[in-house]
Amino acid sequence: MSAPAKLSDVEPRFFTRAQWASFIVPTLVLALLLPLLNALLPADSLLRPSDFTLNLYGKYATYAVLALGVDLLWGYLGILSLGQALFFSLGGYAFGMHLLLMIGKDGQYKSDLPDYMVFLGYKALPAHWEPFYSFPFALAAVLLVPALLAFVFGWLAFRSRIKGVYLSILTQALTYAAALLFFRNDFGFGGNNGFTDFKRVLGADLNSPATRRALYIASIALLAAVFLLYRWLTRAKFGHLMQAIRDGENRVLFSGYATARYKLFVFVLVAAITGLAGALYVPQVGIINPSEMTAEKSIEAVVWVAVGGRGTLIGPIIGAIFVNALKSWATREAPERWLYILGGLFIVVVLFLPGGIVSLPTKFRTFLAKLRRPPSGPTAS
Amino acid sequence: MSHPILQAEDVTKTYDGFRAINALNFYLFPGELRTVIGPNGAGKSTFFDLLTGRAKPDTGTIRYADSDAAPSIDLTDLNEYEIQRLGIGRKFQTPSVFAEHTVFTNLVLSLKGPRGVFASLFHRLDSSARDRLDSLLKLIRLDDKRHWKAGLLSHGEKQWLEIGMLLASEPRVLLVDEPAAGMTDEETHRTGELLLSLRGQHSIVVVEHDMTFVKQISDGGRVTVLHQGSVLCEGKFDDVQSNPKVREVYLGRGKH
Repeated sequence: MSAPAKLSDVEPRFFTRAQWASFIVPTLVLALLLPLLNALLPADSLLRPSDFTLNLYGKYATYAVLALGVDLLWGYLGILSLGQALFFSLGGYAFGMHLLLMIGKDGQYKSDLPDYMVFLGYKALPAHWEPFYSFPFALAAVLLVPALLAFVFGWLAFRSRIKGVYLSILTQALTYAAALLFFRNDFGFGGNNGFTDFKRVLGADLNSPATRRALYIASIALLAAVFLLYRWLTRAKFGHLMQAIRDGENRVLFSGYATARYKLFVFVLVAAITGLAGALYVPQVGIINPSEMTAEKSIEAVVWVAVGGRGTLIGPIIGAIFVNALKSWATREAPERWLYILGGLFIVVVLFLPGGIVSLPTKFRTFLAKLRRPPSGPTAS
Repeated sequence: MSHPILQAEDVTKTYDGFRAINALNFYLFPGELRTVIGPNGAGKSTFFDLLTGRAKPDTGTIRYADSDAAPSIDLTDLNEYEIQRLGIGRKFQTPSVFAEHTVFTNLVLSLKGPRGVFASLFHRLDSSARDRLDSLLKLIRLDDKRHWKAGLLSHGEKQWLEIGMLLASEPRVLLVDEPAAGMTDEETHRTGELLLSLRGQHSIVVVEHDMTFVKQISDGGRVTVLHQGSVLCEGKFDDVQSNPKVREVYLGRGKH
């Protein structure tokens, strides 16, 4: 057997030239060219991406950020969190509070209070809502609320050395409990209707094509930035340690590393970034409600990662887009079958394509090589 | 006589009523290469667990000296990584290397240095670290396989890599659990030579079953026989071998 020459020496180059090109070109096309075509071409032009398309892609980009977080935890660090949609939703809710206040008196009831508060008989805005008039405060909450929850949960769980399936179940219980809480009207976040009917963000009309383009561009920019950040994290010695914790936490511990702190750091960082993605998602879909934090949503994100290719950074992006495009199609054509399709897809990937979609080219090449060179079995002796 | 670097006094550890370690006293002196033998279930691995923070003793003290003075650091309050940082490294019975990482990266992750999250984020290998890695790779004879994934190494090579990882962290005390398991006779002999060459600069405890190997590495040093969680006897290899109590429990059980 020959030595595997492929290596991942510590501190390899961040990107090769070809990798930079394959990062920058799609990013520019998505972030600049598509919005420009959308803005400048006449509405009936075939080359013009529709407002609907841009909005859809923007939504996918925020999903891809969620998926990247799942993969950083699962594919690199070995923590299968089944509660990542919770952090996504918390970011969404925090920003939703700001958007709700920005409606002003344009709501159904022409009140300063959000509609659902009028409906539920609130006399005044609860004190903890006041600071959400400020955009910077809301933005900080988008990052810090998920991060704080992740910190408290992670600190308790990782310090107690809970891992594997037990940790997965706990994360699922956490998001389930949160969903139940948010479903309650008296919890004060709009119950099962959540927040909706947003009008404007930073003074701009949310229904205008220009605002929607800006939100789309922001989503693509966030995805690109998060991709680069995670790339950097996984390349450095830190990334090697993450994978070492995944493959043999004991050895890392006995090598002098406080592994719980490494896990906590990644868990909190991912929660904050996932919250940011959720905050961009909400104004693009126009609603946030507790169904976004049910356990199924988190599991769906895990399926995106598995389908796309776990342990790579491009896989989760491909998976998030592919599965959601499939979902858009399936829920149109055969809505009652969607969950069967999703489950079937997961099984097929686990059984036949453990490397996900990103492993297809390699699989295809080995298949071709086999065709060309017949198997070297025992020949005539 | 100088102070011990590591001392365990009157240590007891019980698992579900079973006394894995029973009123154990153990003293390791600086620069010594100590071999620990004992039949299965004698408490050898539990003893290492207690020394490295994996398990806490029910009673007794375990102390470590980070200078020439008497041992004063209580190890029973510390966890695995804190004890490692004090300079006590452990090699496991089954080689635990990072299978998906290259031999080189395995050593980089083990290299002595800051262990914090931010230190790892902004870590750079300087030239003295590279030199050190080169010499370690030569020492453990894996220089030509530095870019191999550790998972592809043979069992014996993995054992060597783990010893190399241990040395990379520059410990003062090395706890080595069955280093020769799964090795050919020649590899075993070379492992023995390596351990003997480390004597003096490091204080070493080796747990081993292979008597040829024990004889080789004891080389005039002391051998400790564990039996039912306590020290049965201690002394030079030949004395231990001819001790009737040892013959009874370990070498020739049933010869009554």
